[in-house]
Amino acid sequence: MTTVTELSASRELLANLVSRELRGKYKRSTLGWAWSLINPLALAAMFTLVFSVILGAEAPEGDPSGLKFFPLHLLCALLPWAYLSNGMTGSIASLTSNANLVKKVYFPREVLVASSVLSFLVTLAIEMLVLSVGFLVAGNNVLPWLPLVVLLMVLQTAFVVGLGLALSVLNVYFRDIAHFLTIFLQLWFYASPIIYPLALVEQKAVGRDVLGVPVMTLYHANPMVGFIQSYRALLYDLRFPDLGDLAYVSVVSLGALVAGWYVFQRFEPRLAEEL
Amino acid sequence: MASDVAIRVEGVHKRFRLYAERNQSLKAAMMRGGRARYEEFWALRDVDLEIPTGSTYALIGENGSGKSTLLKCMARILRPDRGRITVAGKVSALLELGAGFHPELSGRENVYLNASILGLSKKQVDARFDDIVGFAGLDHFIDSPVKNYSSGMYVRLGFSVAINVDPDVLLVDEVLAVGDETFQRRCNEKFAELKDQGRTIVVVSHALGVVRTMCDRAAWLEHGVVKDVGSPAKLIDSYVELTHPERVEVVDEATGEEAGTRWGSGEVQVDRVEMLDRRGRRTRQVRMGDEVTFRLHYDAREKVPKAVFGLGIHRLDGVHVSGINSRESITLRSLKGTGHVDFSTERLPLLPGTYDVTAAVHSWDNLQTWDHRNKALRFDVEPGRPREAEGVVVLHGEWTAHPGS
Repeated sequence: MTTVTELSASRELLANLVSRELRGKYKRSTLGWAWSLINPLALAAMFTLVFSVILGAEAPEGDPSGLKFFPLHLLCALLPWAYLSNGMTGSIASLTSNANLVKKVYFPREVLVASSVLSFLVTLAIEMLVLSVGFLVAGNNVLPWLPLVVLLMVLQTAFVVGLGLALSVLNVYFRDIAHFLTIFLQLWFYASPIIYPLALVEQKAVGRDVLGVPVMTLYHANPMVGFIQSYRALLYDLRFPDLGDLAYVSVVSLGALVAGWYVFQRFEPRLAEEL
Repeated sequence: MASDVAIRVEGVHKRFRLYAERNQSLKAAMMRGGRARYEEFWALRDVDLEIPTGSTYALIGENGSGKSTLLKCMARILRPDRGRITVAGKVSALLELGAGFHPELSGRENVYLNASILGLSKKQVDARFDDIVGFAGLDHFIDSPVKNYSSGMYVRLGFSVAINVDPDVLLVDEVLAVGDETFQRRCNEKFAELKDQGRTIVVVSHALGVVRTMCDRAAWLEHGVVKDVGSPAKLIDSYVELTHPERVEVVDEATGEEAGTRWGSGEVQVDRVEMLDRRGRRTRQVRMGDEVTFRLHYDAREKVPKAVFGLGIHRLDGVHVSGINSRESITLRSLKGTGHVDFSTERLPLLPGTYDVTAAVHSWDNLQTWDHRNKALRFDVEPGRPREAEGVVVLHGEWTAHPGS
């Protein structure tokens, strides 16, 4: 496949575009890079105040870690979620916002989508590092589990890039997709166990089904459930994630990447004239 | 592929979709039940071309003839619907200069970014960095953000990066008239240098004068079809015969307010410069040997004594062809308000090509320059009589034969 060799040849371009995104983003703000930490922390503080302090929601106890702390339980889901949400919003606009470049210079266009996602991966990596320090302070020795966290991040990147590839190129033809995505992401947020623990859903869903399909099966179809449960198992519970979850997110991620790639290749030839 | 062909275009068709109403929303798509309705338009039809390695090749034709589309297909930005294009070696396209510059990043960061978009590695940029910055003439500004650059600086840096990519094939679309005179001269030198090194250059241009002086082969496109291929001089002559193209305003369009430098204290200003043909109609295109009048419209904001008007003509490569002033012809005792002065010549002695007019008004002793405008007007000279002439100007005279004396 020529596109693959081409893409590997443009690794440097990819690195440069990622650094353009990152440097451009915080160039003129006083706090600069700190913003990428302040945002999730502010969100976590807000959710903790509303759900834990006011509504009295309790974090489940980590098994076997024994940790019980709402903000940490929340953050190990919230950070991967922010990655998905920002990565998709960013990559879907990556072609339209670089229209001028696409129309005037030839280079593998996939790198625009990939660089947009990767710039958020860098942010996630920094956030996860800070979060790990937080877990260490709280007495959770997450260090042995970090390699698996990195693996999850790689899988999630494949997932986000796959979705980004397909949606960005479709968005060139139908600009509504970007607007639709905003609503869809909100739905998706509440359909994932971020501000509530999975156990709560299991409790309420017992014995219920939709058109003969148990609610829990439907719920688990959302790959973010598998991702979040795995991140939580590694960081909060300090145990190996559910193998079923891991297998499912791996298949879905690689599937998304292949499908996204296919859609992109299909629509890419007319890109410069449709933009 | 034979190594003496740099670009081979074989049976290339390119179709564009002209949307009656663009279907960029799902709602519109659903209401029409599927994809948007569009009309098809063939921008290129069965184009076959062989561009020899080391040649400077021009694509000429009227607007909409498909020459820019063909260039974009060669650059792989557009993909032909049928046929194929094979290019030997590395391609760099000068379609838009500085595309992809990030306004918040410094010139230095943008050089690296832009070069990597064009396919250079960091090591390669390191080696050329000084050349790139030096060529653009931006040594002092390279670490400030490019949003603070003037449009001229921006374009110069973009040009400098693109040309230093060291392409085997350089594709150029109407960007030859960029920057000030000095920079243009350097660009032309750079093109000549690339040509000497055996690189292939493909140029799309409306500036027929440039094509004539620079290129050694040309293809003429009409409505997406190759009409003729041959030497630029021959092709341009028949092209001009057939189409009488209007002069395209490249100066203002390409470089904005930096088109020409202007200075002076402003007591009298040259508002505009016009070129008139034999019948007194404004034009930007004349034939060699035509009767031509240059008209300088002035506005004397203050009353000034004994003004002298000057007219300079430069060839596009910077050669100063002529400088004439009104001192010996007319004495304007005092000047106030608006008006115009004319300079007429019965037979324009300029050879075919593109020229820039500089206009000035200054005091009798030449100590005060009230207004001086570089490149106030650009015009083309097309072939006329005599048909064969070389050099800078043609001397109007007569040959007589005196055999046996």
